[in-house]
Amino acid sequence: MNWLFRYANPHNFMRLSNVLLPITVVATVLCLGVGLYLGFTAPPDYQQGRTVLIMFIHVPAVTVAELAYGAIVVCSLLSIVWRHPLSDIAGRAAAPLGAMFTVLGMITGALWGRPMWGTFWAWDPRLTSFLLLLFLYIGYMALWNAIEDEVRAARAAAMLALVGAVNIPIIKFSVEWWSSLHQGESIVSGKLAPVFLAPLLIMMLGYALLFASLWMLRIRTVILERRARSLMQRSAA
Amino acid sequence: MSPFLTLLARDIRLASRSGGSAFLALSFFALVATLVPLGVGADLRLLARVGGGVLWVGAVLAALLSLDRLFQGDFEDGSLDLIALSPLPLELTALAKMLAHWLSTGAALTLLSPLLALLFNLTPAATLTLFLSLLLGTPAVSAVGAIGASLTLSLKRGGLILPLIILPLLSPAVIFGAGAVSLTLDRLAPGGALGLLAAFSAGAVLLSPFAAAASVRLNLGG
Amino acid sequence: MISSLTAERLACARGDRKLFENLSFRVRAGQALAVEGANGSGKTSLLRLIAGFLPPAAGRLIVQDASGDSDDADERGKKIGWLGHHDGLKPQLTVQEQLTFWAALYRGTVNTGALAQVGLARQADLPCRYLSAGQKRRLALARLLMSNRPLWLLDEPFAALDTAGQALMAQLMALHCGQGGIIIAATHDPLGLGNESLKL
Repeated sequence: MNWLFRYANPHNFMRLSNVLLPITVVATVLCLGVGLYLGFTAPPDYQQGRTVLIMFIHVPAVTVAELAYGAIVVCSLLSIVWRHPLSDIAGRAAAPLGAMFTVLGMITGALWGRPMWGTFWAWDPRLTSFLLLLFLYIGYMALWNAIEDEVRAARAAAMLALVGAVNIPIIKFSVEWWSSLHQGESIVSGKLAPVFLAPLLIMMLGYALLFASLWMLRIRTVILERRARSLMQRSAA
Repeated sequence: MSPFLTLLARDIRLASRSGGSAFLALSFFALVATLVPLGVGADLRLLARVGGGVLWVGAVLAALLSLDRLFQGDFEDGSLDLIALSPLPLELTALAKMLAHWLSTGAALTLLSPLLALLFNLTPAATLTLFLSLLLGTPAVSAVGAIGASLTLSLKRGGLILPLIILPLLSPAVIFGAGAVSLTLDRLAPGGALGLLAAFSAGAVLLSPFAAAASVRLNLGG
Repeated sequence: MISSLTAERLACARGDRKLFENLSFRVRAGQALAVEGANGSGKTSLLRLIAGFLPPAAGRLIVQDASGDSDDADERGKKIGWLGHHDGLKPQLTVQEQLTFWAALYRGTVNTGALAQVGLARQADLPCRYLSAGQKRRLALARLLMSNRPLWLLDEPFAALDTAGQALMAQLMALHCGQGGIIIAATHDPLGLGNESLKL
């Protein structure tokens, strides 16, 4: 745990991220570029045709959307157990990114659904779960913004995230159950041809790096904002 | 009387006095049941089809109406400080308040539901399932709601944000509850769905006093 | 009974702002401590810290009684009689109903004399919404007496009270100290108890 605490200090985080950020940004651009190139030059899928290309931007988005909630949960746990200020900032910074990736996943899912299902939206269990996940993100962010006292807001939001974490598997299960009850449509999932696997993995990595870069950037912004605010408070006193 | 029952009795008394929340919740529930047919049309077959879901959503929303005041009233007038210093642990305080909320809203809504089921032309079997599902499921609404209420108790406009944070968490209750009614309409056994609902409720009621108490403690620091 | 309450190098912070630090004091049985200071200096926070609502940023609070020393906040809370800034009364409930409720919650006995002692015997069946601010304060005082706790934490005890009410408050505080109780009061006015005072 010690190594974590060393970098969990805002000052050290600023130094570390200053070095890391350029590296992750370059790696992100590389991965996304190569992944997209490989994806778009791959032969069309025999079942889905060219629409399979949407998969390269859809699947990584929904994966990162879920990972981002996991990141918030870990931060919340650290915040509640060790009361570390950086984990509060990190949790808060991850939420809008998670929400953004969730929306991206839903939009690309809808674009893919149009040729596949004939409608933009189907109450498919996965899409439905993601819609609920989006609301969890929105609630988390709204709670953060509603409470003025930052210490209190951080702990309240952390607790909400943990309650959400307990509930997410139940929500997923209940949505699956609901879907089987109403015999909703399910995503046509054929076996993935190996020619698509490499670009997909590269795209996943690219998305993960994109998330990491944006996350670091947001954490840095929040730290700088706090410094600016405390400077202003000092000059007012 | 034990401190637990004392607090329970006081909260129920406050909820049932004039201007209390129990009557408001029941009226709201009945109003939703009236508006939906006006919105979707009077086709009795359609209404029977959607009745379970509509009444479940209506019941959850009605129970939410008074939830933001669960701790807020006592927080604002200083009672919560005094309750926290009493021999009653905050976990039991949360449980008492949750139970009082359920008795004055959830249980009352459950009792009213067979009457509203008539408006939706639900079969007697489906009505019974609806009644049982609300009986088993509304405690989860009060329990999960209590967590939300404790997180937002210091907020002037907590009532706005509360539904936003707890409705997604309550989606399993709506799914299993309304699902049980659907199964009954399809002449299938609703036992499995009711069992899942009961499990969800039990889990929520067991865990939520701890979460709510932790969050009340956090707010007392202010 | 408590023989003393000791604060050792207490510090209190709200967010990034430090309210006070290195605060040490000791109050013994039968003594009162007046906490003075400008608005926002942390008087109420100190009371909330002693009550255990707020964890100290640094330092310790020790209660010494027959069973030894303890710095457990929960245990300390069970010895505290609280008269906060707000009265903690419900407008819909009658004076008697409130008192009965708090007595049962605190496992105390409904002392019929308590209302007479604070001059509210005639208002017993009146809902609290009809009481004046001073009368509400007197009812809160009756609850404090009934709670039968040795360590009184009072936030502006004289606020909203008329001259007679203030005299009553002072008299009851003297009585509490005379019985070996401890009082810590955040106040702008002198307590008139020959007490020490603490400037924040």
